[in-house]
Amino acid sequence: MILSDLQLALPEIFVAAMACVVLVADLFITEQRRGLTHTLALLTLVFAAIITLRVMVPVGDSVLAFSETFVRDRFGDIIKLFAYLVLAGVFVYAKHFLRVAGLFKGEFYSLSLFALLGVMIMVSAANLVTVYLGLELLALSSYALVAIDRDSASGSEAAMKYFILGSLASGILLYGMSLVYGATGTLQLGEISQALAGGMSDNLMLSFGLAFMVVGIAFKLGAVPFHMWLPDVYQGAPAAVTLLISSLPKLGYLALAIRLLADGMGNMHADWQAMLAVLAALSLILGNVVAIAQSNIKRMLAYSTISHVGFILLGILAASPAGYASAMFYTIVYAMMSAGAFAVMILLSGNGIEAENLDDFKGLAKRSPWYALMMLMIMFSLAGIPVFVGFFAKWQVIAAAIQAGFVGLAVLAVITAVIGAFYYLRVVKLMYFDEPESTAPVTAPIDFRAVLSVNGLAMLGLGIFSGGLIGVCVRAFG
Amino acid sequence: MNAMNWPILSLIVWLPIVAGVAILFVSEARAALGKTIALAASLVALLLTIVAISGFDTTTAAMQFQEKAVWIEAFSIHYHLGVDGLSLPLIALTALITVIVVIAGWSIRDRVSQYMGAFLILSGLMSGMFAALDAMLFYVFFEAMLVPMFLIIGIWGGPNRILATIKFFLFTFFGSVFMLVALIWLYLQAGSFAVADLHQLPLSLNAQIWIFLAFLIAFAVKVPMWPVHTWLPDAHVEAPTGGSVVLAAVMLKIGGYGFVRYSLPIAPDGAAALDWLVIGLSLVAIVYIGFVALAQRDMKKLIAYSSISHMGFATLGMFLTFAIVQNTGQIDGAVLGISGAMVQMISHGFISGAMFLAVGVLYDRVHSREISAYGGVANTMPWFAMFAVLFFMANSGLPGTSGFVGEFMVILAAFKADFWFAFFAAMTLILGASYSLWLVKRVFYGEVANDNVASLSDLNAREWTVMVVLAVLTLGLGLWPYPLIEMMEPSVANLVDHITTTKINP
Repeated sequence: MILSDLQLALPEIFVAAMACVVLVADLFITEQRRGLTHTLALLTLVFAAIITLRVMVPVGDSVLAFSETFVRDRFGDIIKLFAYLVLAGVFVYAKHFLRVAGLFKGEFYSLSLFALLGVMIMVSAANLVTVYLGLELLALSSYALVAIDRDSASGSEAAMKYFILGSLASGILLYGMSLVYGATGTLQLGEISQALAGGMSDNLMLSFGLAFMVVGIAFKLGAVPFHMWLPDVYQGAPAAVTLLISSLPKLGYLALAIRLLADGMGNMHADWQAMLAVLAALSLILGNVVAIAQSNIKRMLAYSTISHVGFILLGILAASPAGYASAMFYTIVYAMMSAGAFAVMILLSGNGIEAENLDDFKGLAKRSPWYALMMLMIMFSLAGIPVFVGFFAKWQVIAAAIQAGFVGLAVLAVITAVIGAFYYLRVVKLMYFDEPESTAPVTAPIDFRAVLSVNGLAMLGLGIFSGGLIGVCVRAFG
Repeated sequence: MNAMNWPILSLIVWLPIVAGVAILFVSEARAALGKTIALAASLVALLLTIVAISGFDTTTAAMQFQEKAVWIEAFSIHYHLGVDGLSLPLIALTALITVIVVIAGWSIRDRVSQYMGAFLILSGLMSGMFAALDAMLFYVFFEAMLVPMFLIIGIWGGPNRILATIKFFLFTFFGSVFMLVALIWLYLQAGSFAVADLHQLPLSLNAQIWIFLAFLIAFAVKVPMWPVHTWLPDAHVEAPTGGSVVLAAVMLKIGGYGFVRYSLPIAPDGAAALDWLVIGLSLVAIVYIGFVALAQRDMKKLIAYSSISHMGFATLGMFLTFAIVQNTGQIDGAVLGISGAMVQMISHGFISGAMFLAVGVLYDRVHSREISAYGGVANTMPWFAMFAVLFFMANSGLPGTSGFVGEFMVILAAFKADFWFAFFAAMTLILGASYSLWLVKRVFYGEVANDNVASLSDLNAREWTVMVVLAVLTLGLGLWPYPLIEMMEPSVANLVDHITTTKINP
């Protein structure tokens, strides 16, 4: 079957169109009926999923389109599907928060859809320009989202930091790309790969280009030492936006790393493996150790993100299909865990005041046993305790790293996982072993509660039946 | 019921877990319902293990009642259960202790359904761990059981429970992650997580030593061996009575089981090269920790140290193998040592559980664990004193009780290895008697010490039940240990045969 270019890019075209529709339609929707915008955005995701599923490329195959700038393959399709799923969850969680905080505006939805579009373009990029296009669309939407609360000084500050550092990172990445272009004479990732296979790998300009690209990727992912923006942005942004930027973009940045490093520069893997090894080691150590000292839950989760980025890098640096599959599994699972953790935080926020302090979790098991149980499962999953799904993510990346010969790094990773377990356990301790400070009932709309319950139970269900998702990820890389 | 056409092991594992999860949803107002479900589920699980024992073929070392299904296809991980003479007694012990803990927990007032649910889930996870024949499945059960135990100590524990439970969790987690790395490395060599495949995998001596050390950290923390034992006294003291009982009676055995199922058969040459290390640590545990127990003023702490000392016997019995085979050229002595170690583990399960229950009986009435808060208890609680004295005597290795059998077998085996091993091991007979009997003297005999003791009431029906059951088992195993030893014999002989054959050059 020969598919036309437009047919292949239909999910992106649809999401782009719907983002505009949401933006315009929202102008005609009154304040009281803002829920319509929410519904429209959710429907967009549902239909995007249907469209993506209708034209799936067979396993192991990849189809290029638009003069070889755009690629459809199984990896991209799976990541896109999970991006829809994660964003749908984020929308449901965010609605409750935005309502309470007085930020329930249509812009949130259109910007989020544009961010999704950025992720999708990045995921399907087969050309350096396409990569950059998607990256910037995602980044610009994120900056605006962080600043969505116009009257919040901390939000504006966070957005400014994010913008300046993010632009710097984009610039560095772009510079790296230009060096690679200069050395190979092409922007096509496939042709770059061929050029490298032809024996250009000792080219100095290429090495510099690669180093700059790795720095750019590390910046976007938040790997140490390029992580400085992450805790401040997480803390300064409204909870709903932190929820979004802690989950959805990670899927895109995973694709960024895999497209650039594996698809484009695969033949220089010895070079970038060493770079990623250093980044991973530093992220694992710093993320886990510094998270212990945090009393603000958003900052704690920010440092926890940094440590999880270390684990994701561990999978990528194995430079093998099994390694990429493990990183993919980890990222998907992480996006779900992170969304769930922030959702519980939103659940505890009341009257527009964010439950930012760890002490707000005190005695949750007495106030609301069910949600405490959900949070318990999410925390143990983040800590990597079986039978929760986070464990299966961790052991796969560790297995990939050991297979690639990084045994020392794997041992470091498991030791830092033990250190990391401490601060997740502390949340469980606050919820279960301490007495509640407030007796206010924990309330949320029914859709919020339903999605959170599914999210929490998924930690257990995906763990016990982890074979399915693992199989999907392994097959995505042939 | 030949070879069982129905998944009896899965039922033993999953029935308590499913019932436990169901109980979590029973509201506080209907706590009695939760307790009834818990008792029923634990009794059915016990019944199932009895059925399994009655259908167990004691003439073979092969795995029985096997069940196998694909779990994670991409990594050829299987849901694979099966039991042999080493694991079935421990599964039976788990099921029995669960029933006892449920009965003993009848008086819990706070969050009853969650308490019962946590214990049942824990019980199923422990049985699953003993029955797992796939290393990844084993690891999942091994780690998952930390979660309910963490909550049990943290929610229903004493004043310092938070420190104790976090220490417990992190110590055990720290130990086990090295085992995870080792298991993954083994998987990459063997292409399979199946325990049987790992047993047959040839490995260089160097690799075996590393593998052995990684396993040693995991299991030494669990046993616990000196010097990584420090979490145990804290956890025991702070845990509720039921938690202490499960911890001492079953969880400590996981380390010992790990040695015989994983460390020894997977890395026999590594174990042979490092047996001096484990024997040394075991002797330190037996002698030094014995002295430490003597100095305790808190009854639970004393029993905790006594547990460490007695588990030293179990590890000693296992690792004498290489020296015995080298000295005598025969495997009989080694079989004796490992059988003794296994008997010691089962026996210690009964005795330590019973001692913690005895302390629980006193604590429920007086709310103190200090030895000095008691004196002359035998005057006001004669029946209780009878049972308690029996258990403490059994703990000191009195012939006729189960405590004697395991220790005697291990000491006999130790003589075949080295006189000095036997000499130091035998010191436990003196030390164990000293701290056990001295505790009995101070708590139970003499004049009635104070008004609290004077107003004590003797055992109630519920307490009678658990005491009688454990007393019968302690005496039964002490007077007639043959059925247990017979059940283990082929598996132990097979194990010794396997570990004394080098794996370096296939």
